Amino acid sequence: MSIAPRLDRDIVAAPTDGRPVGPAVLRAAGLSKQFGGVTVLADVTLDVLPGEIHAIIGENGAGKSTFMRLLSGYIEPTEGKLSMAGRDVRFAKPDQAQAAGIALVHQEILLADALTVVDNLYLGRELTRNGIVDDARMRALASAKLAELGCEVSPTALVRDIPLADRQLVQIARALLDHHRVVIFDEPTAVLTGGEVERLLAIIFDLKARGVAVLYISHRLDEVQRLADKVTVLRDGKMVGTYPGHTLTQIDMARLMVGRELAALYPPKRTDKAGAPMLVVRNATVPGFAEDVSFSVRKGEILGFAGMIGAGRTELFEGILGLRPATAAIELKGVPMRIRSQREALDAGIGYLTEDRKGKGLLLQERLGPNLTLSALARFHRGPVMRTSLETDALAKAVADYDIRVKSLVSRAGQLSGGNQQKLLLAKVLLTDPSVVIIDEPTRGIDIANKAQIYVFIQDLVAQGKACVVISSEMQELVGLCDRIIVMREGRISGEVSGEEMTESNIALLATSERAQLAQGGSQ
Amino acid sequence: MTALIQSAPASSARQYRFSWADAGPFLALAALLALGFLINPDFLSPTNLANVITRSAYIAIIAVGATFVISSGALDLSVGSMVAFIAGITIMFMNIMAPSLGVWAIPAGMAVAVVTGLLCGLANGLVVTVGQIEPFIATLGTMGIFRALITYMTNGGTIPIDRSLREAYRPVYFGTVAGIPIPILISAAVAALGAFVLYKTKYGRRCAAVGASEDVARYSGISVVSTRTIAYVIQGACVAIAAICYVPRLGAATPTTGQLWELQVITAVVIGGTALRGGKGRIWGTIAGAVILELIANLMVLSDFVSEYLVAAVQGVIIIIAMLVQRFSK
Repeated sequence: MSIAPRLDRDIVAAPTDGRPVGPAVLRAAGLSKQFGGVTVLADVTLDVLPGEIHAIIGENGAGKSTFMRLLSGYIEPTEGKLSMAGRDVRFAKPDQAQAAGIALVHQEILLADALTVVDNLYLGRELTRNGIVDDARMRALASAKLAELGCEVSPTALVRDIPLADRQLVQIARALLDHHRVVIFDEPTAVLTGGEVERLLAIIFDLKARGVAVLYISHRLDEVQRLADKVTVLRDGKMVGTYPGHTLTQIDMARLMVGRELAALYPPKRTDKAGAPMLVVRNATVPGFAEDVSFSVRKGEILGFAGMIGAGRTELFEGILGLRPATAAIELKGVPMRIRSQREALDAGIGYLTEDRKGKGLLLQERLGPNLTLSALARFHRGPVMRTSLETDALAKAVADYDIRVKSLVSRAGQLSGGNQQKLLLAKVLLTDPSVVIIDEPTRGIDIANKAQIYVFIQDLVAQGKACVVISSEMQELVGLCDRIIVMREGRISGEVSGEEMTESNIALLATSERAQLAQGGSQ
Repeated sequence: MTALIQSAPASSARQYRFSWADAGPFLALAALLALGFLINPDFLSPTNLANVITRSAYIAIIAVGATFVISSGALDLSVGSMVAFIAGITIMFMNIMAPSLGVWAIPAGMAVAVVTGLLCGLANGLVVTVGQIEPFIATLGTMGIFRALITYMTNGGTIPIDRSLREAYRPVYFGTVAGIPIPILISAAVAALGAFVLYKTKYGRRCAAVGASEDVARYSGISVVSTRTIAYVIQGACVAIAAICYVPRLGAATPTTGQLWELQVITAVVIGGTALRGGKGRIWGTIAGAVILELIANLMVLSDFVSEYLVAAVQGVIIIIAMLVQRFSK
């Protein structure tokens, strides 16, 4: 796979050049954390300097989030200590860390949907004048901060009405409202695409230029390579080491994270020709999201859907599958059919993996077995009675087949790591034995080892003669995985690429501009 | 792919894991029985216990249905008024049919009660699901409607059951089979059936899934509308069965029949360990909850320490304790 081009190093000139090296704004010394006797983080020592972007990378379960939660006061260390500018500090609660100048931008979007943008920004720290909430001033300050971040939503819009990417920006704005000395970003680009990511990176460079220390956690190694002055690698709760950012390639980082030589991320594509059309969709229209979209996917083919967030890809497929109002002419294996609900789609043999595995995919409080069988209950039923023994067998098989790492088969879905949840969700949908599998964001927010496994599973699916549609905001992933990619822009298909034309730059072009002149991609 | 399972033998899926939250209602029940014995040894006499459990039967039966509604993520405030309404309809029907059918008017009336209950439940369910009205508001509305209807039907007074039927109908509440009062048998049967449906059938799974997350259920191909509507229909059937047991006790329906029962029902369900936000139902816990409520009342009547006027206060304390146990036992 191609590695993103090296960034011009002038942009990220070392901040301490020509200046005396002051004390670290934040220092962790021998930080350890145990939960009920289990060590999840051991002896991490780290210096964060002002005006420096410090990336923390590691697989899921490597201890990144634990480390971040220690730094931002959500949990207290079992051993070791924190100091800021040379003075020891202890944070028993997040607000103490915040008061000390440490802000955390959460991975999950934690906003109150029913409140306005400005209410969310100032939630818990409302500005007042003579004891009365000063709405006008908060609105003005919020507008200024949002404009600074390039976020165009109205401060008085309800959060539930604005797109996901803007919610993420609102969340970042909330963290940046006060002047912090350290800002921690936890997977901030997981829900962003192309241009939005660029905007966020610009924001981070701006923070750096103003002397703020930035801690950056991400699975996207290309971003880490562009941003980081230093990279600290965690593996299995231990520190592998801290490296200067510009000396590491993405391959180096991946190798340090998994601790072994990493095989190619994407399995080889099949060389045999795809078969007959499996799913044909004509003139699909989802009011407000997608208009007049026609496409088909063949047996044994992986068809990619690319586009910016808001291009209507997810909504298009939710419409086709009866999850939201839509009109479309659908043919499955040459037979015209109507699909009015997810049940009918499943019965017809079309499975859909939602992009929102926590909100729409899995019951996090429920055990693994009931989660696995929820879409295929009829298969675990004799007469009126549920056969739990069949369910247990199916779970054991899924755990083995999809390498789902579980502590126990009676664990709850919420106890699994993101990657293992995704594998469980895949197993759940495949249990309905679909002939067409639609996978929305197959690897969002999961680590590299699990990603590689999921790519293998997807190739296996089409090798078995299923047809597969992959919707993804990671263009690299689509290029690495798909036989053909359809690009959507503002609810319509703006182009299709395959073979030599299938490059990230061509996709980006089609996704963003009206009339794109495609370049032939050279050998990569 | 290499298949790696980290220490997960298949048998562990069936292993029993003790949970204080699940055992809580039964431990509380045992503690109450022990306390009752200390206060007054007569408390544990079979006669007294049979009395107490018989009196808790209506709440228990209705609460089995409420366990479905609540674990599907909804709520039904109308059950108390619905009991009165169904009892009224049933008595009027039996009285009208008594001259022509004789005692056969009783089973016919029971059938009418069940059909009425199913229809009332269906109405609640459709308003909530198809009408997309908050369960609290929707059933607050029907609660008022049922209460007004029974008041109208009784003209503000009472509808007594016809004298010719009274003797024949009495055993449904006062009779025993093998020494066990019939209401206890009926509530045990309703609970067993409820537990079977909730734990052992496809519908039970769907019900809990809808309560845990509507979105996940929808994206898994489960119809939220039909699942939740069926929960209300089950609730209606349970209310009808409770009404059938209730009518022979007083032999009449009045505008105050079943007043505030909805609160006792919800209390029983919550004490029993069912999550009020949905997704987790505990049928046998609900039964324990209903018995606990009645035991407390009985205990306070039998002892002289606390005035029986404070029964509701003690029940209130119990529900708060039950919630605290659930809250902090995780």
